Amino acid sequence: MVTRPIYLDYQSTTPCDPRVLEIMLPYFTEEFGNPHSRSHAYGWRAEEAVEGARGHVAKIINADPREVIFTSGATESNNLALKGVAQFYKAQKDHIVTCVTEHKCVLDSCRHLEQEGFKITYLPVQPNGIIDLNRLRDTLTDRTALVSIMAVNNEIGVIQPLAEIGKICRERGVFFHTDAAQAVGKIPMDVEAMNIDLLSISAHKLYGPKGVGALYVRRKPRVRLTALITGGGQERGMRSGTLSTPLCVGMGVACAIAQAEMREEYARLCTLRDRFYNTIRSELEEVYLNGDFEQRIPGNLNISFAHVEGEGLMMGVKELAVSSGSACTSASLEPSYVLRALGVEEEMAHTSLRIGFGRFTTEVEVDAAAQKIIIEVNRLREMSPLWEMSREGINLKSIQWAAH
Amino acid sequence: MIYLDYNASVPLRPCAQKAVIEALNWQGNASSVHQVGRKLRSLIDGARKNILQDVGAERLVFTSGGTEANALALSGLGSIPIVASTIEHDSVLKSAPNAHHIPVTEEGSIDLEILEKILSSFDKPGLLSLMFVNNETGVIQPLLEATRLAQFKGWKVHTDASQAPGHIPFSFKNLGVDMMTISAHKCGGPIGIGALLLKSDVHLKPLIPGGGQEYGMRSGTLSASLILGFAAALHEALKEEPRVSKRLHKFQQKIEGALPEAIVYGKKGSRVGHVLSLGMPGVPAELQLIAFDLNKIAVSAGSACSSGKMKNSHVLTAMGVSPEEAQCAIRVSMGWKTQEDEVDAFIQTWKNIHAKQIIKEAS
Repeated sequence: MVTRPIYLDYQSTTPCDPRVLEIMLPYFTEEFGNPHSRSHAYGWRAEEAVEGARGHVAKIINADPREVIFTSGATESNNLALKGVAQFYKAQKDHIVTCVTEHKCVLDSCRHLEQEGFKITYLPVQPNGIIDLNRLRDTLTDRTALVSIMAVNNEIGVIQPLAEIGKICRERGVFFHTDAAQAVGKIPMDVEAMNIDLLSISAHKLYGPKGVGALYVRRKPRVRLTALITGGGQERGMRSGTLSTPLCVGMGVACAIAQAEMREEYARLCTLRDRFYNTIRSELEEVYLNGDFEQRIPGNLNISFAHVEGEGLMMGVKELAVSSGSACTSASLEPSYVLRALGVEEEMAHTSLRIGFGRFTTEVEVDAAAQKIIIEVNRLREMSPLWEMSREGINLKSIQWAAH
Repeated sequence: MIYLDYNASVPLRPCAQKAVIEALNWQGNASSVHQVGRKLRSLIDGARKNILQDVGAERLVFTSGGTEANALALSGLGSIPIVASTIEHDSVLKSAPNAHHIPVTEEGSIDLEILEKILSSFDKPGLLSLMFVNNETGVIQPLLEATRLAQFKGWKVHTDASQAPGHIPFSFKNLGVDMMTISAHKCGGPIGIGALLLKSDVHLKPLIPGGGQEYGMRSGTLSASLILGFAAALHEALKEEPRVSKRLHKFQQKIEGALPEAIVYGKKGSRVGHVLSLGMPGVPAELQLIAFDLNKIAVSAGSACSSGKMKNSHVLTAMGVSPEEAQCAIRVSMGWKTQEDEVDAFIQTWKNIHAKQIIKEAS
């Protein structure tokens, strides 16, 4: 019998919660109206459902529903936040601050803006994956329009000091955007307490459907944007296109469930994570956790297994769905730029696995996964001359490899 | 409730519903390299292949819908001259605020001689964006001829074909355009997905860069559920096109025959069968919509995107219809589920509303 692989890739995407699915489904069938149709009941009912969902999304980040606009996902939200603010304020301000470990879509948006003449500062991170607030403070000028720092890193799970960043930005009159795709529903997010002006959310990272996300855009003090997608003028003119009622409803329910269960789920995931990590550490030597241990979400571990090739390890643990980094770029065999930014050496970065735990992960799965990884790492190390040499106390860096 | 607002959104076809719901239960991210991701990727690739085969195209980029596909098409080639008709959807017109506009005739279609003159007035070639089927009047544009003409002069051609699949013989290859927008929910697929069909030599600067999905032209995690639903709906819409469009043409004729007092905009033009832009002289569209709604019939005053605003249709204005007349026009649009008794009920209700108006005028 073929069993389903154990899913430990919750940062890549999360399965749609059956409770979310159940509430979404009628909107694919009976309630199929276009929520922008104002002339009949089909449209009104769809609009009502979309507005209810907008309320749930707003609530989980402590915002007003009028500050939430729906998009096709966090990639679009991030693009809209960065390019939208940059374009709108470009007459007065042309500087944007972000960080080297941001998601690819933030970095790519910044590169595009750079080509258009904007100045971008890419802040480095400390070895624990967290930015240095003093460096942030020093880099802001009166030409800075926006600071974009992610809430939770998608590869290493570390949480940035959002409230402190927000405070600095507010004092300096700079807008603060955060890509919170990996944070919303996992840790408490509060746009007021954290002084966040723009915040990106993805539904499929919090047990909702793929194809929908949201961008929070502050109204007071007001943040203005140049739209990326223009047309019918939906979403207060900031994002045109017909809204999908079922997808919006699904996202709303996903937020409501995540908010209601956050505290309990957080504690449960901590227990699972610790159980997994302690087993690995007690059975294997030379395993290194990437990213700060304290300032991280419990659903992520990014571990380097010295002298084990990550891709080989992934092949060896086929029964586990894990990854060696972000899904978007995982088809390439490049070492993770996030790990490189922490100062992890290239060889070590190649030995890393990202292990994600989530709502449907069980203790049995965690134990099985730990055992599989331990067996495979030991097997690969036994075959590895590098491992043998390192056991014999040879400093591998001192070896002069012959060119050929 | 009788639903006659298919051009705003088409009810999900059962085959698409089945595909959407089944795929919503699958886990994984199609960009992941593990088994779960690869399985998903192969299903998405299969759906992509099916769509390409059905429409006769070589390449496509999935987007969040027709609006985004139009925005990508119009911005992706960089700053080159853009020519578009005056009756394009707002998502085209607003994506190209500096576009040169081609007027339309009273029948609601562009004039090829004027197009030729406009294109000749540019000293370098650019992009022509011409919709295939108008969303308000159903008038079919001379796309094949316009495409040949434009491409002969070195122009690229984009068409917004959102309202076409299922209502007119449809082939990307035969039309010869360089880019074509299609939208899932306008042919019975889920809302939230569309595609830009491309000739393989067209490379666009992404509107949404990031992880580099979709040949680097559109980043973001792909939704297997939406894509499989899209493929299923499109396949069925194209397969059933000859039968359905024949039936809907019959309904269109029935409505026009039964309502001689109605003004049918674009009547003399070449039209698809599923939509009518109908004027009831002297009765503002708002009042008609309320009356139809009370009679449990859902119609609209124009495009849904802007229907909250109740402003006059830019399409009718472009056809030379006066503001007083244009504000009395409604849009009736039908589709795969529409039955003859629903059409009859619409005709009867239209007559009742119209009769009340005549009595009111007489008294």
